[in-house]
Amino acid sequence: MNLPRKKFPFWQQHWLGLLLLATALLAVPFVAALGGQAWVRIANFAILYVFLALGLNIVVGYAGLLDLGYVAFYAVGAYAYALLASPHFGIHLPFWVILPFGAALACLFGVLLGAPTLKLRGDYLAIVTLGFGEIIRIFMNNLNAPINVTNGAQGITLIDPIRIGDFSFSQTSTILGVTLSGPQKYYFLLVALAILVIVVNMRLQDSRIGRAWQAIREDEVAAKACGINTRNIKLLAFAMGASFGGIAGGVFAAMQGFVSPESFSLMESITILAMVVLGGMGHIPGVILGAVLLTALPEALRYGIEPIQQAAFGRMIIDPESLRMLVFGLALVLVMRFRPAGLWPSSLRRRELAEATD
Amino acid sequence: MDTLLQQLINGLTLGAVYALVALGYTMVYGIIGLINFAHGEVVMIGTMVAFTVIVSLAGSGMPPLLILGIGLLVAVLACMILGWALERVAYRPLRHAPRLTPLITAIGMSIVLQNVAMIIWGRNYITFPPMINKEIFEVGGASFTNVQVAIVCLAALVMLGLTYLVQRTRIGMAMRATAQNPHVALLMGVDINRVIAMAFIIGSALGALAGCMVGSYYEIAHYQMGFMLGLKAFTAAVLGGIGNMAGAMAGGLLLGIIEALGAGYIGDLTGDFLGSHYQDIFAFVVLIIVLMFRPSGLFGERTGDRA
Amino acid sequence: MSQQPVLLEAHEVAKHFGGVKALHDVSLTIRRGEIYGLIGPNGAGKTTFFNCLTGLYKHESGHFVFDGVKLEADAPHKAAEVGIARTFQNIRLFGNMTAIENVMVGRHLRTHAGVFGAVTRNSATRAEEAAIARRADELLHYVGIQERAHDYARHLSYGDQRRLEIARALATEPKLLALDEPAAGMNGTETEALRLLVEGICRDGVTILLIEHDVKLVMGLCGRVAVLDYGEKICEDVPSVVQRDPRVIEAYLGGSVA
Repeated sequence: MNLPRKKFPFWQQHWLGLLLLATALLAVPFVAALGGQAWVRIANFAILYVFLALGLNIVVGYAGLLDLGYVAFYAVGAYAYALLASPHFGIHLPFWVILPFGAALACLFGVLLGAPTLKLRGDYLAIVTLGFGEIIRIFMNNLNAPINVTNGAQGITLIDPIRIGDFSFSQTSTILGVTLSGPQKYYFLLVALAILVIVVNMRLQDSRIGRAWQAIREDEVAAKACGINTRNIKLLAFAMGASFGGIAGGVFAAMQGFVSPESFSLMESITILAMVVLGGMGHIPGVILGAVLLTALPEALRYGIEPIQQAAFGRMIIDPESLRMLVFGLALVLVMRFRPAGLWPSSLRRRELAEATD
Repeated sequence: MDTLLQQLINGLTLGAVYALVALGYTMVYGIIGLINFAHGEVVMIGTMVAFTVIVSLAGSGMPPLLILGIGLLVAVLACMILGWALERVAYRPLRHAPRLTPLITAIGMSIVLQNVAMIIWGRNYITFPPMINKEIFEVGGASFTNVQVAIVCLAALVMLGLTYLVQRTRIGMAMRATAQNPHVALLMGVDINRVIAMAFIIGSALGALAGCMVGSYYEIAHYQMGFMLGLKAFTAAVLGGIGNMAGAMAGGLLLGIIEALGAGYIGDLTGDFLGSHYQDIFAFVVLIIVLMFRPSGLFGERTGDRA
Repeated sequence: MSQQPVLLEAHEVAKHFGGVKALHDVSLTIRRGEIYGLIGPNGAGKTTFFNCLTGLYKHESGHFVFDGVKLEADAPHKAAEVGIARTFQNIRLFGNMTAIENVMVGRHLRTHAGVFGAVTRNSATRAEEAAIARRADELLHYVGIQERAHDYARHLSYGDQRRLEIARALATEPKLLALDEPAAGMNGTETEALRLLVEGICRDGVTILLIEHDVKLVMGLCGRVAVLDYGEKICEDVPSVVQRDPRVIEAYLGGSVA
């Protein structure tokens, strides 16, 4: 018999590594807190980006669709949460209603946008998604008159935190003798969500749907001839990615307590895409690495550049913000130059690359 | 009625600029299939270089038109070098990499150029010195300036020249051949590297020209100006059918006119619900609608799947 | 339901590219259980006919009736769904997937697991996944490349790639298997092995439409043969008659057909 090699469940193969990883993940918020809650917040953002990047990975890495407006779905989720749980309209729905609603709304937008455009060539999809992202942002910026829906560029403040009964994620409280600050609580919530999206990514990859995605990436015409309804299968990936974006947006709004159009610029979409590609498209550990690195890099530069300039020149020669972005841009260029398949590509991508250069 | 004519004139001016920038996108895309995200930044650098040259020559007593001409020439040369360097350093090593790799590189280069510009020229708006004495003409209730006339005429001339270059010269023929099928072109003795470099160089020169036009028209420049301009121009290229040069010209003009008309009439159309700050969405809304019905753009060839 | 003897009817199918008529009102009838050959010189429109039948091209006029139902073949996956599977002249496999994965993709159409099943890995999904793998394995055995199951498709030899493509097509449970020049580039031994394979598939109840350049193979294998020339069907009959048809000999530049 030639059945695919019998695999032990993932956790049985890697139990030691997983145990170490779990310990490290548990320790992070407490170690980070030693340097102040700001560091916990940075860790939270890293994990939120892991979540977003893995959501986008389904679209870009698995289905091979270039989405340059992913942040639009993130924005839809964030504003859905902000509008339904803040004094802006005086509506205060609980998070377990809004998060699924935000996900469904983002999914609906994904389907509306994807259904007519997914039959187009890849690059057209890129520009359409990019345009969609801009449309959403422009509406958010301007829908404060004549009816004030989004409060324009000021954004929406005083958004409710996630709350379960009396347990609010924004306040410090003590559970089983451990004192947890607000950001630390969100940390664990985000880790749980990240694990969810990792499991979804892993299981999809190795399924009937995952095979169909890979087949489409390899040869779309042959995939059609095999009876795969390529448009629907692509739409599925697009809608799933959108839903994850919607959930991430909701959590973002709750965690920050504040949303404004500024957080949903094209640069944000590009950063998330860069995380996926730079890490190693379609490869879960690679994408996680990309997300963590690209969140950490600007922060590290923020804390690194100013003191170095001060020490070297005694004053700020170059605006640190633009130097930070400069290094970010250079990093993208250099990684792509020397590791075109990403920092940590799957063996499959390495093969594809070898094939392409044959 | 006078609004209509006025918006058409403004749209034509804007459209001429879009068309020039769109050509840069479409030439590169047509030949190597890359969305050169950094092209908008090349346009911005062109504006900035022209600005610096003009400002430093302003006190020299030369005639203003000559100064403008020198500024333009220096900007065009600088951008040609920049475009050539971009291709040589950033894109050429990635020619056989996965499709998304050069795209991320392009995005990275765009970020780099933007921030280099910000370090050099600062983060504030720069007033672009007006070198042409503005004259205003009035026709049928609409007014336009000699600057607008110059922009449209110059753009038309350059596009004619480019069409000649591509249709009639050896390098133009090599470019068309490479766009059709790079492998065969290579076998026929076409120097692919040279052709690709030429596409970048010509595109960047057109971009620099467009940048100077924008600077002279709005009399303002900013390190982020290339972004939206590039985005719109790329939209125009897709609108016309990407890879198709005539399409890029037509798409640019069309987009400029649609935008101007849209901005002029959106208030009336929506009962003042949406105001003119929605101007920027027209490009994208039109793009999405066009692609739904004409998946290859307005003038693109229909390319079916091949078995 | 009693099975009709006719499986596929093409009614005056026409297709042109720009001004060039690639297919000029081609009509033909394929009976259930036969091996039907379609031959003709290069550029005669054979592959175009295939692409129209399988929904890859849209034909301008005429229609196909497959298994008693008019085909709305505007999408290739629909053609596969009603039971028309195909291979490609220039082999199109999923190169970076293993042989068995290629065949498993072929099972996509006849299986159902969605995202929910994939993520929860419920018992139904696991059972289906096992069935997919089992069936794929059987098919690799059937075409005789089971020992290459875990090799990447692009590492297979040319002949094995042809076989893998056939296995993948069979995985969709076709009623009609359309083979586009399966013997192209094969040597004598490989061609003979292919002949046996195709005969076996036909015996197992799959009707075969064969486009082929190797006239000898077609004449030995097919029950009936149609000849296309400049997009027109110039002849349709049993091989022995076709071989003697003057129009056919003419089409092949006066050369000998057999």
